[in-house]
Amino acid sequence: MKKKVLTVDDSRTIRNMLLVTLNNAGFETIQAEDGIEGLEVLEDANPDVIVTDINMPRLDGFGFIEGVRKNDKFRAIPILVLTTESDAEKKNRARQAGATGWIVKPFDPTKLIDAIERVTA
Amino acid sequence: MDMNEIKDIFFQECEEQLAELESGLLKLNDGDRDPETVNAVFRAVHSIKGGAGAFGLDDLVAFAHVFETTLDCVRSNKLDPGPEVLKTMLKSADVLADLTAASRDGGTVDPSRTSVLVKELEALASGQVPAPTAEVAAPVAPPAPKPAPAPAKPVAAAPTDESGFQPIPFSFDEFGGDEPEPLAMEIPLCDVVFKPRPELYSKGNEAALLLRDLSRLGEMSIYCDMDALPPLDQMDPEGAYFFWKIAIRTEKGEEGVRSVFEFAEWDCDLEVKVHEVVSEEEEGEELPMQPVPFDLSALDDADEEHDHHDDHHHEDVAAAIEAAKVASAVVSAAANAPAAPAAQAAAKPAAAAAANADSSGSGGANPTIRVDLDRVDRLINLVGELVINQAMLSQSVIANETSGATTINTGLEELQQLTREIQDSVMAIRAQPVKPVFQRMSRIVREVADMVGKSVRLVTEGENTEVDKTVIDKLAEPLTHMIRNAVDHGLEMPEKRAALGKNPEGTVKLSAKHRSGRIVIELSDDGAGINREKVRQKAIDNDLITSETNLTDEEIDNLIFHPGFSTADKITDVSGRGVGMDVVKRSIQALGGRINISSRPGQGSTFTMSLPLTLAVLDGMVVTVAGQTLVVPLTAIVETLQPEASAIHSFGASQRLISIRDSFCPLVDVGRILNFRSVQANPTDGVALLVESESGGQRALMVDAIQGQRQVVIKSLEANYTHVPGIAAATILGDGRVALILDVDAVVAASRGQTLGGDGALAAAS
Repeated sequence: MKKKVLTVDDSRTIRNMLLVTLNNAGFETIQAEDGIEGLEVLEDANPDVIVTDINMPRLDGFGFIEGVRKNDKFRAIPILVLTTESDAEKKNRARQAGATGWIVKPFDPTKLIDAIERVTA
Repeated sequence: MDMNEIKDIFFQECEEQLAELESGLLKLNDGDRDPETVNAVFRAVHSIKGGAGAFGLDDLVAFAHVFETTLDCVRSNKLDPGPEVLKTMLKSADVLADLTAASRDGGTVDPSRTSVLVKELEALASGQVPAPTAEVAAPVAPPAPKPAPAPAKPVAAAPTDESGFQPIPFSFDEFGGDEPEPLAMEIPLCDVVFKPRPELYSKGNEAALLLRDLSRLGEMSIYCDMDALPPLDQMDPEGAYFFWKIAIRTEKGEEGVRSVFEFAEWDCDLEVKVHEVVSEEEEGEELPMQPVPFDLSALDDADEEHDHHDDHHHEDVAAAIEAAKVASAVVSAAANAPAAPAAQAAAKPAAAAAANADSSGSGGANPTIRVDLDRVDRLINLVGELVINQAMLSQSVIANETSGATTINTGLEELQQLTREIQDSVMAIRAQPVKPVFQRMSRIVREVADMVGKSVRLVTEGENTEVDKTVIDKLAEPLTHMIRNAVDHGLEMPEKRAALGKNPEGTVKLSAKHRSGRIVIELSDDGAGINREKVRQKAIDNDLITSETNLTDEEIDNLIFHPGFSTADKITDVSGRGVGMDVVKRSIQALGGRINISSRPGQGSTFTMSLPLTLAVLDGMVVTVAGQTLVVPLTAIVETLQPEASAIHSFGASQRLISIRDSFCPLVDVGRILNFRSVQANPTDGVALLVESESGGQRALMVDAIQGQRQVVIKSLEANYTHVPGIAAATILGDGRVALILDVDAVVAASRGQTLGGDGALAAAS
């Protein structure tokens, strides 16, 4: 059974990169374009791990993570933050919102897959 | 999908982001202080940077980064986006666009331009902000250092090197197994104490996974301390009661060990102590505990079993811990491997089917798809053929009808209606708002204004007016040229404007609206207007007219559309590029459009372009003129009438007027204008079509008879034959014959004594 990854990112470029990278690495990939859509598809997607951007329209990554953590079913799911914003303050905010870890953009496939492997069984 | 395709998507997305960026900045410029506008602007640059980084476009990343940093100051209210700040930002947006284009098409951007703006942006970011944002800037190209314009900022408070922003080229070839580290002769030994807090679990981290990762660093032994575990009835199922002591031999040292706990370091107590490097023989004694190999396979099994049942999962985790000779009860594992996997596993069956459906698609409010333009064009062509075919079918049914075969007629009518609807829907696919073209113009205005030292404000209106994509694409060039002219020639220098009592900042207004089935685009400036004396003199100098020629103001204004006409005393960088207004006029005409100018001295000029909404179909009236079948666009016709002999009045040698409801209107014989016949026909034998031309004047066009009204598919005459004065295009009628579509404005213009055609002669044609 393939592991399922939900990616949330507003950039079409990054979405495509994530898709190719994750599919090549044998993951099943479900994609959403912003936090709102991420929360909408969450139940049906039922992912094993979530990769999300921070800067997004409508609902940003912080809000999205908080939303996921409020859902009893997903409150302990690993969530990785994928963002170029790598300073301590933003990382800290992501952590406080409930992020499990982060991947600094621009990611290379190895880094992305490593991080996912790190937080999933 | 391969890298090149993703790169194409990236550049497409850049275009969108750049448009978003520009329109956001312009909104800010107009005083909009909505945080969402600022956010959108920030996101646009941020997105471009993110994508560019993944493709290793270092120049783009470096510039975007500096830009982003400054925008972040605006976002956090540390920098007020006043006019000066926005001026820099708009210029930066232009440079960003150029850098993007350079990355896409090859080529370079003048480094001095970039570096000037980088300095300005950095000044903005630092000048008014006490502490620059902590974001880590390191636009240093790892291989072959390029002259990256942005200096690298020091890594701020970021705890690990992971957070350094380094553009790493993205490649899909980089997948590979982890290379096992070669065993070094002397490997340092680390003592690690790892005490998770409950938050560690609630954020989705797993002690067992962290330990698994740690075990990959080298040979390790592990001891789990369970003393804190309370009796079952007092136990918080989501508490954290265990801690681990680990002895690991790894050459990665303390840093390597800590990096395993990178995600968890805030949510656990972590002690890492590195022992002195010891020799091989001694190491056994140095180990504080019995080295017990940590059984990784137990966790890997968990990988596969994961989906089946949560019980399995717990047993697996338990097995792992048991392997470390510490755990013996399932309950203990449950305490430390809390709700997450359980919840996950429980939820699995419920949504298994739904997940596959189309969860990857966008569930947004207004889903869109991207379609190749070729496919749409093919569809449009086919629908065009369908329309012709349907017309032919109707015609042959009518011709052969003997009895009252009403079912056939009803069917035909329905077919006609359906065809019409299909056609409209297909046309709607191609309709796009003029916004992107208008947005491009704001940059042109900025650049030209900068170059000639004028201060100009571009006001746009009706940017969401939709028109066929072909029209939009072909509009950019003439518009660019006209905008350049308006700024360069139309507007006065600021000092002069001030002296005249005008606002030193000139205004150029660009508007679009739909009017009677066409799109009307107006470009006006509040400059000096056309200097008619100068234009007239120039026309005389160029032998376009003689000094005796008597011209109305309107006619003088229209002289600027003549080939090779330029009134500027000196050829400037901006407009003196050898492209005159005649080229503008021709490109507008090629689109089936018309252009007019009206000008008021001291108050400015207005160019009005009227263009068809689509280049594919047209509602027309089919008429007969001197035995020829012509189509007159329905949008031009006001009314049709049968002239009475008493209503016809002669005027001068050959002019005739028709009186309609107490006013006189010039009568134009279409057959005569088009040279179908040499003598004017008798008006009372035909039908008059009262038309309104774009310039406002009414004319009564005389034709011999009206055949009917129908929708016709436009076939370009230029593309298939050549431009014919007075004829806009051609079409194929239901009976398979070709009919010409009348260019009403050209005919009206000709009747006014202007030229019909492009020979430059102003001879009267009627």
